[in-house]
Amino acid sequence: MAEIALQNIEKYFGDNYVIRKLNLTIAHKEFVVLLGPSGCGKTTTLRAIAGLETIDTGDIRIDGKAVQDLRASDRDIAFVFQLFALYPHLTAYDNIAFPLRATRESKAEVDTKVRAVARSLRIEHLLNQRPSALSGGDMQRVAIGRALVRRPKAMLMDEPIGALDAALREEMRSELKRLHIENDSTTVYVTHDQVEAMSLADRIAIMNDGVLQQVGTPGEVYQYPTNLFVAQFIGSPVMNILPATVRAGGADGAEVVIGDGDAVFGFPADLPKRLEAKSYDSLVLGVRPEGVIISTTETAGHVPVEAHIIEPLGAYDIVDLKIGEQLLRARTHSGMVERVGETVWARLDAAQTHFFDTKSGDSLNIRLGEENGTRQA
Amino acid sequence: MAHVRLERVTKTYGGVTALRDLTLDIADGEFFVLLGPTGAGKTTTLRLIAGLDKPTSGVVSIDGQDVNDWTAAQRDIALVFQYYSLYPRYTVRQNLEFPLKSKVHSYSQSEIDGRIASAAKTLRIDHLLERKTDKLSGGEMQRVAIGRAIVREPRAFLMDEPLSNLDAKLREALRSELKDLQMKLGATFLFVTHDQIEAMSMGDKVGVLNEGRIAQIGTPYEIYNSPRDVFVASFVGSPAMNLAAGELANGRVSALSGKLDATLAGEAARDTSGYSGPVKLGIRAEDVVVGPDQPVEARVHHVENHGVEQIVTLRVDDHLFKATVPATLRMGIEDSVQCGWSADKIHVFDAQTGVGFAYREAKAA
Amino acid sequence: MAVIARLESDTRAAARGWSDLTIRNIFILPTLAFLIVFNIFPLIYSLGYSFTDFRASVNDPVNFVGLQNYRELLNDPNIWRNFTVTAQYVIVSVGGQVIVGFGLALLLNRKIPFKGLITTLLLLPMMMSMAVVGLFWKLLYDPSWGIINYALGLGSFDWLSDPDVALYAVAITDIWMWAPFVMLLSLAGLSAVPQHLYEAAAIDRAGTWYTFTRITLPLVAPILIIAIIFRTMEAFKSFDLPFIMSGQPTTEMISIRLYKMAFQEWQTGRSSALAYIVLIVVLAITNIYVKYLNKVKER
Repeated sequence: MAEIALQNIEKYFGDNYVIRKLNLTIAHKEFVVLLGPSGCGKTTTLRAIAGLETIDTGDIRIDGKAVQDLRASDRDIAFVFQLFALYPHLTAYDNIAFPLRATRESKAEVDTKVRAVARSLRIEHLLNQRPSALSGGDMQRVAIGRALVRRPKAMLMDEPIGALDAALREEMRSELKRLHIENDSTTVYVTHDQVEAMSLADRIAIMNDGVLQQVGTPGEVYQYPTNLFVAQFIGSPVMNILPATVRAGGADGAEVVIGDGDAVFGFPADLPKRLEAKSYDSLVLGVRPEGVIISTTETAGHVPVEAHIIEPLGAYDIVDLKIGEQLLRARTHSGMVERVGETVWARLDAAQTHFFDTKSGDSLNIRLGEENGTRQA
Repeated sequence: MAHVRLERVTKTYGGVTALRDLTLDIADGEFFVLLGPTGAGKTTTLRLIAGLDKPTSGVVSIDGQDVNDWTAAQRDIALVFQYYSLYPRYTVRQNLEFPLKSKVHSYSQSEIDGRIASAAKTLRIDHLLERKTDKLSGGEMQRVAIGRAIVREPRAFLMDEPLSNLDAKLREALRSELKDLQMKLGATFLFVTHDQIEAMSMGDKVGVLNEGRIAQIGTPYEIYNSPRDVFVASFVGSPAMNLAAGELANGRVSALSGKLDATLAGEAARDTSGYSGPVKLGIRAEDVVVGPDQPVEARVHHVENHGVEQIVTLRVDDHLFKATVPATLRMGIEDSVQCGWSADKIHVFDAQTGVGFAYREAKAA
Repeated sequence: MAVIARLESDTRAAARGWSDLTIRNIFILPTLAFLIVFNIFPLIYSLGYSFTDFRASVNDPVNFVGLQNYRELLNDPNIWRNFTVTAQYVIVSVGGQVIVGFGLALLLNRKIPFKGLITTLLLLPMMMSMAVVGLFWKLLYDPSWGIINYALGLGSFDWLSDPDVALYAVAITDIWMWAPFVMLLSLAGLSAVPQHLYEAAAIDRAGTWYTFTRITLPLVAPILIIAIIFRTMEAFKSFDLPFIMSGQPTTEMISIRLYKMAFQEWQTGRSSALAYIVLIVVLAITNIYVKYLNKVKER
């Protein structure tokens, strides 16, 4: 098993600067997810680790040894492709046996190992099928079997469940996590889906435009995003982002004004003082839908707003509130707001509110005290 | 705008029956979502309505008129595909013009320009009009594809998983945009997807399709809160509803090898009154309660962080089931926790047919 | 949105008043007429001749002789020798074309400078006239001043007159001419193998030879077999090259025998029978290939 270290990696495709000074260390047995929108350089990074792509500068170290000049076949790393890349002319059995046979393992050993992997993936009954006869989920199971069978130093996965149905994706997600725990292999996993990243990763590395934005546990990147990009990429529905100004006054001691006075929310009195210590031009406020607290009756400290769209998601609803020309999305108990156009009363949970510098997009790292018992839904 | 109706439609391809006795009613101006797994017959339904295929038996009607013998062109319905299928070497404007330049209708240049301008504004692609389509991102391409449908001002829009090739984040954004667009146009939309979140968040009505049959039609709220059978229960909602075999006697259910014992309350109690015997029990993850006062001891099998909350898989003997707990609760794998089910949130299904008791009674009556 | 395009083309055709069926018939009918007049009719007519003693050079009455022509041909050891020669030629020539052609395709199936130009140059032999190629190679093989003997230092060795070598000398010419054809089809097959399968094989630590035999070859096999079918059929009926280059009895292939029988000996009826025997043999061989091709494709 292995530790993978990426040191100052740079990569150009022609004039395109696709990986920019990337530094990332993946610990032994760790499950790291590279997350980002398409074209952010995450897949290129993964392929570079595998040796399917060269890099222009920097070192890729596996267990301390620089491998960037080795061929893929000499790195002892397994790779799971998004479109499975199964050998179409071979049966599932022969596909899984391929890497063992390629390194001349004995017939008996191949058979034992293939059957053991097939059992753990629950695909024993499919071993005589060709890939064309398999469903998407089973194809990917075979592909994962082919990767696992030779106990590689590390597993690299390129959106392995991106091509599957939503319901199947969910099932495969927990299966992948179980396999990781069973096999203890160092894993790097690429996806654009933050739900996958959150639920699978020990740590998430978020990339955008070839630049690593933030690395942290799912909890950290969700609660303390370092910039607007991470804030909006992690979490569904997306974090509300509204231009804001802060002033002293009001019942709570401070007030946050949204837009040109479209709404004014009360905040703890120490907010203006803490903002003074930071340098910024103008402020953007960020709050996740669960940080918008709603009451259906008039309540002190709450602002009246109009419900615009109600999305019932089953366990909870997402209600779009109209604030001037902007929308503020709130997460409520299922059926709490009954009709579009209804007036409800809202306030923002200070503990779940983030402030960013408009220009750089960086978080100002203001963490106001957690309020008790205010989280809803 | 149009009211689309399928009446007792069956479609077979060779010996394979893709749709069986399907009856669907899509009201004028409704956002109707057809939801189901791959191979359920969603796309077949869409093709029958568009006129690309003819039903083996049954009637497709638009605004009360039988259109079985109409060609696709005569039906005047727009289709948007999963793959954008734009003409690659043309600009966005030329792509939008294309459906307006056919010989069937002739529009004046000013009419064409007007329609393109308004569609581009609605979809926020005005700044892309002169760009070649191969220079666009996936989200922009899909907007242009939708634009090509809008400019025709068709009687109805059919969409075949238009979001499934987009990034997760973009999918989410376009979901709201599409819903917004439909409300603005007031048009009839039939949207096909395998993703229950898309169905729940956009649909005025959702039709759940399974193996060529309609399993249930209802508002997202109805589908989620009173699923007609175990298929709907497990297909709609993420995570899927927990299902377990159980025994019902005198209003009390027991499951998980007797570890779980509860007196039914609310609707479930009413629907099942007078019945004793084996049943299938269902409970949503958010209705499983984890806390010190709960009756059943369980082990934490697996934890998924979803930011706002965690979804934990709990294990009682060999039974696995999922619970939603706050993100702040610290949970380690193999920790021992206490859990229970809210008695009034239990769904009870017939052990054999899988049909919910509420619906079973309605059928008998 | 492709549907919209389809709808529009449907309506346009309909506007001209042509149904799909009409359009189909307009395209098919001329070809069908041509086929009947120049192919099917002569085929049936010659089948009739093959049961007679008809000679096109004399005005004798034509007699029906039943299966006599066939019986005599199949009992004639000379005919069997002609077939043996043909088989030797087919094996050497097609085998050589596959090895050379596929090898060239492998060399070309990568990023190299001037790839397009090199491919075009390699295809040139295929585009030449058979007669020109035959005469040209006859010069190359010439015992006294041919460049081949000069290059190999063989003195005045007569390639095309030596009974043991002549057939293979002609086969070499055929290989030179038709290996590019196999190369062209192989190139198409090779480029159709998805790149990600090679990546998967590299990740699976497969060596070059292993990857070639387990991935490349099986995936190119179907198109390679098609190339072999074409070349076998052609080689079997080879006439021009051996006829122009060598008059040796050891190079008398079945097609040359057929020509002589029909147009030098004027045994029209008997040569028709021989033509039918050749046809049946070619069909049988092709059938075996096609069966194998289908088996390969099923995988």
